[in-house]
Amino acid sequence: MADLERPDTPLGRGVFHERSEIMNADGVRRALWRMSHEILEQNSGLSGIVLVVLEVGGVHLARKLAENLLEIEKENVPVGTLDVAFYRDDIGIRQVTPSNPTDLPFDLSSQIVVLVDDVLFTGRTIRAAMDAIVDFGRPAAVQLAVMIDRGHRELPIRPDYVGKNVPTRRDELVDVTENGVLLGVMKDAKS
Amino acid sequence: MTQKHIRSIDDLGQSGIEEILALSDHFHEVSTRRIPKVPALRGKTIALLFYEDSTRTRLSFETAAKRLSADSLNFSIGSSSVKKGESLRDTVETISAMGVDAIVVRHGSVGVPWLLPSWTGAAVINAGDGSHEHPTQALLDCYTIRNHLGELNGKKISIVGDIKHSRVARSNIKAFLALGASVTLVAPKTLMPFNTDDWGVDTTDQFDSVIEDSDVLYMLRMQLERQQSSYVPSLREYANEYGLSDIRTQNMKPKSLIMHPGPMNRGVEVSSNVKEHPKSVINNQVANGVIIRMSALYYLLGSGSETKFESFDDE
Repeated sequence: MADLERPDTPLGRGVFHERSEIMNADGVRRALWRMSHEILEQNSGLSGIVLVVLEVGGVHLARKLAENLLEIEKENVPVGTLDVAFYRDDIGIRQVTPSNPTDLPFDLSSQIVVLVDDVLFTGRTIRAAMDAIVDFGRPAAVQLAVMIDRGHRELPIRPDYVGKNVPTRRDELVDVTENGVLLGVMKDAKS
Repeated sequence: MTQKHIRSIDDLGQSGIEEILALSDHFHEVSTRRIPKVPALRGKTIALLFYEDSTRTRLSFETAAKRLSADSLNFSIGSSSVKKGESLRDTVETISAMGVDAIVVRHGSVGVPWLLPSWTGAAVINAGDGSHEHPTQALLDCYTIRNHLGELNGKKISIVGDIKHSRVARSNIKAFLALGASVTLVAPKTLMPFNTDDWGVDTTDQFDSVIEDSDVLYMLRMQLERQQSSYVPSLREYANEYGLSDIRTQNMKPKSLIMHPGPMNRGVEVSSNVKEHPKSVINNQVANGVIIRMSALYYLLGSGSETKFESFDDE
């Protein structure tokens, strides 16, 4: 629930009401295992790959991906975090408060950057992330891994690695944790 | 939503100070990048209205605006219509008509930042009004202390020197107290304001009595330009009694800081090599000035209105 209340995804204040479980803990674990193999297959190994996590939602997913990649290839993959608040296109339209400071302790030039996030929705966060990344160097390629693709894209952006495609309504909310994926809505605390 | 301003530390309160310090951790990271610039305030215009001289404050606001991708308009009285007799109000209304989002103002008269909102819809930042307040200096000092000592809560801070004429002291006292530090003012009786009873601070005229206990010695500049009559018998005597000499630094606590808002009168309030002393964070203060001013501008211009916030449904 802490993820839901994070200030950079304001879905109105309220309480999360679960409607259905989309994936359980085993489902998330298996999807991450498959995505790890897809990343290796697509890039013919781990050489030149770095994971860049979008704060806050992707952090636990990237940690698990890195563990999987280490287990498969016996090699550590660099993991950095990126806060895209200052690159968003809705600054001044709504309150945009950054979460944790960016921490990218390696050069992105000529690397294959795999962006990791929990949910792909309008694509605007990913647009901001790509702008941020080019300020850190010129990567050889940027790829996108998300646990849930929920549709409603507003920009020409598509994921390279997907845990699950889920049709949703715009007013619904997807909550991704290591314990599973829930679909629900935000309701007033009173109702 | 009403327009936010930073005219005084009172405009922020503890929560506003904490918010700006938290933002500063982000902008500190931005300033370490290969390209130390983000597009956060693209399309915003910031006017710098300086009726008094300044080096570091004006330059750091200008640098901060550029690093946020905002445009800045520079106004100095020497080359403007003020020389032809234009009033403050007309000048502000002229600048406002050009479409600015924030006005950073420094003026010799107390209260000028409070007049501006009746003439302009722009956000106002006080960069010093007479001997009243200088809130962004206080914010960068809080940030500097927090970075070196962990937190301000429970720390003992002594502010030494020309309290009477110091806007830095007035803003810093409020900010330090808001974050839980205790403050002692040290000055000869002639340079101590007479109404300090309800400020929540201790006062003394014995500098040597506070040195061993203080976590921070905050040395103020002797403001020779604001002093209309002689407040001390001589600068040499002042330096003897209230200057931070090499011998006095030896009596300081192991983990303590020397600070100064600049510009320094070397040999008066600090001895000539104090800036290079291991306990001195005076250079860090200057570096943090740009970061804090990025936070202040983003705090005022980076947020949207509450009504739009409610209807927003993006992931």
